[in-house]
Amino acid sequence: MTRRVAVTGIGVVAPGGIGAPAFWDLLAGGRTATRGITFFDPAGLRSRIAAECDFDPVAAGLDGEQAARCDRYIQFALAAGEEAVRDSGIDLAGENPWRVAVSLGTAVGGTTRLENDYVLVSHRGERWDVDHSRAQPHLERAFTPSTLASTVAERFGARGPVQTVSTGCTSGLDAVGYALHTVEEGRADVCIAGASDSPISPITMACFDAIRATSPNNDDPAHASRPFDNDRDGFVMGEGGAVLVLEELEHARARGAHVYCELSGYATFGNAYHMTGLTSEGLEMARAIEAALDHARLDGSAIDYVNAHGSGTRQNDRHETAAVKRALGHHAYDTPMSSIKSMVGHSLGAIGAIEVVACVLALAHQAVPPTANYETPDPECDLDYVPRAARERKLNSVLSVGSGFGGFQSAVILTRQRERTR
Amino acid sequence: MSAPPKRRAAVTGIGVVAPNGTSTENFWKSTQEGVSVLDRVTREGCGHLPLKVAGEVRSFDPSAAVEERYLVQTDRFTHFAMAAADAALEDARLGRADTGRAPFSAGVVTAAGSGGGEFGQGELQKLWGKGSRYVGPWQSIAWFYAASTGQISIRRGFKGPCSVVAADEAGGLDALAHAARAVERGTDVIVAGATEAPLAPYSMVCQLGYRELSPVKDPARAYRPFTEGACGFVPAEGGAMLAVEEAGAARERGVPVRATVAGHAATFTGASCWELSREGLAEAIRGALAEAGCAPEEVDVVFADALGVPEADRAEALAIADALGAHGRRVPVTAPKTGTGRAYCAAPVLDTVAAVLAMEHGLIPPTPNVFDICHDLDLVTGCARTAQVGTALVLSRGLMGSNSALVLRHGAVGAP
Repeated sequence: MTRRVAVTGIGVVAPGGIGAPAFWDLLAGGRTATRGITFFDPAGLRSRIAAECDFDPVAAGLDGEQAARCDRYIQFALAAGEEAVRDSGIDLAGENPWRVAVSLGTAVGGTTRLENDYVLVSHRGERWDVDHSRAQPHLERAFTPSTLASTVAERFGARGPVQTVSTGCTSGLDAVGYALHTVEEGRADVCIAGASDSPISPITMACFDAIRATSPNNDDPAHASRPFDNDRDGFVMGEGGAVLVLEELEHARARGAHVYCELSGYATFGNAYHMTGLTSEGLEMARAIEAALDHARLDGSAIDYVNAHGSGTRQNDRHETAAVKRALGHHAYDTPMSSIKSMVGHSLGAIGAIEVVACVLALAHQAVPPTANYETPDPECDLDYVPRAARERKLNSVLSVGSGFGGFQSAVILTRQRERTR
Repeated sequence: MSAPPKRRAAVTGIGVVAPNGTSTENFWKSTQEGVSVLDRVTREGCGHLPLKVAGEVRSFDPSAAVEERYLVQTDRFTHFAMAAADAALEDARLGRADTGRAPFSAGVVTAAGSGGGEFGQGELQKLWGKGSRYVGPWQSIAWFYAASTGQISIRRGFKGPCSVVAADEAGGLDALAHAARAVERGTDVIVAGATEAPLAPYSMVCQLGYRELSPVKDPARAYRPFTEGACGFVPAEGGAMLAVEEAGAARERGVPVRATVAGHAATFTGASCWELSREGLAEAIRGALAEAGCAPEEVDVVFADALGVPEADRAEALAIADALGAHGRRVPVTAPKTGTGRAYCAAPVLDTVAAVLAMEHGLIPPTPNVFDICHDLDLVTGCARTAQVGTALVLSRGLMGSNSALVLRHGAVGAP
């Protein structure tokens, strides 16, 4: 018998929206959280804007020891995890710990901390033979990204498979997909899944500057992230984290849990084309969407909303539009498709999980979040991008897609009422 | 309607870039002879650091293995990965996917624990020493953990499922299991494994916080698990990639199945909680054996994690006894990594390679530098031991708390 996977809890730390209610409020209101960088002096950078979280770890429920020991991206995951577990109502202490898994994604992990300590040990970039005596405690925790899933597993007492997934900007979708396989194939009954990143630091901003991937619209940060708009000029860096409690459906029903929806399909492919470039055809992303539909046993016509990668780079939005049309056919024109990156920026590995949570909320509220800042159509992007204002709509199955450096193309499907169309 | 026959994941190709050999032949020769290549660290800018001993890959010329345009945009860990993937695919007689096999049926899975540290340090130096305009265009794709999977996928034309587990040591086995499961779900071949290059100055500074790291400066005495002299582990670089292929697809191509990935399980018992790892590792072993349909008595050799920390060694010896019963005290156990060091995620992948070769050669390689065992284990020391090896159990634990077990069977399993 096929095991089905339910979403029973959600938690999120997003720019302008800490906690699921505030996050949905931001999305439904079409407000943007992009602004001039405040974390460091960005003078000299081409892109000096970002979507930053006004996050206080202690206010978010972390204790002082966790706050001191954990990198910011891990703090996001712990805070989102607390919210998701509370929301699910699950008593983890009463679960068989060997059947509780963790699957979390991150693209750049402890990079921000690594950079801060690098500045100390290298005497601000003077020395190759760095001075170890200046390193701060716990630096090894920033060195390996597995610290993320490990710390969250320790917090929640998980003893099953604990995995950190790092596939660049699809890390969040892939971590959720990995969790789906883990529960569906019987290696766990519960999985704490999601992703987190805090990449707003000089090195990460500078490396995206170097390839002109980020928006240089420093004069108007609130309107700088413009997915699908003809005047788009790159993505706006973001940060954040999101966590979901995923459970085998019968397990969730047996404890009387509220089921938001089912995680019904997932697939990923590589484009084998270029580390940062995308084709204009979108063949591989289309293939991922089709394979995710197969997994969910749905036809393309069952998709009621597409949560786009929509990063706001010239090539991405064109690539993605082509991919969705290729996979959904004429139905693509009747299906709203929006990018929340217009509001919360692009938090690299985290955003996929944040977008999955946005999809869960869209299903719960029966409303589609908008693409903020969308004003001028691009002839090459000719779908319904839900400009500026959220829209009420009957939603049953929704699709979230992502695309990342390294050529990763991933798709996740969430379904509210599972009536298979084939 | 009868169910289609179960798809099985088989090893059809091996590629190695290890401190003790940069080809499968050289690696096996050093491994079965029990040669130790642990030595003083010689990499530039590392001499003053308190981490004195490591397993360096010294006979690898990246420019001979990888084209210039890929070399300039990648770190040393990706150079190792591209070279090892090439060797594994050549060994399996698999060409570029877009000229041979259907491209969506071939994928890449790697585990990465330390990323492109040397490249990243160079770019950090440019940024902080000279200014943001000096950061090059490759930083965004060289440092991150997904670099090797992405580059191999592009270089080989593989469009199938591609993934990266960013993991502690045990992640090397998780990556192989991830690949095996993708094959079982429908992909024909995944090139899978791990390579690491953590011996750059700043990466080494980051590792100094690991309390399990050996402080001993004598290469012959620095890494001696299961002995009274156990004083921690020695890090290493390098790794291996394997072609993990659906057994039926391999048969159709006329390529021999060298081993079957029969079972895997992973558990978590907390970072540096070594006493608890006894229970976690035993649970992983039981899970992997159950998935493989393998009785404890069928295990012919155990490739141990062998961390070299007294309480971790004790926990592992007890876990083997807990999971395998009386057989746990009789089964030969080995840890060839004492001669090369632990290349983080790549360490258990090299053990998996050694396990496949041990099955093929009927020879269990020894545990270099280790004598006078203080645990109730039949550890193979000194010389390699002749043995018929049909089933191998590979164990790994990570510094962040993961425990993983993999069961390999010699040749094809359940073939018609």
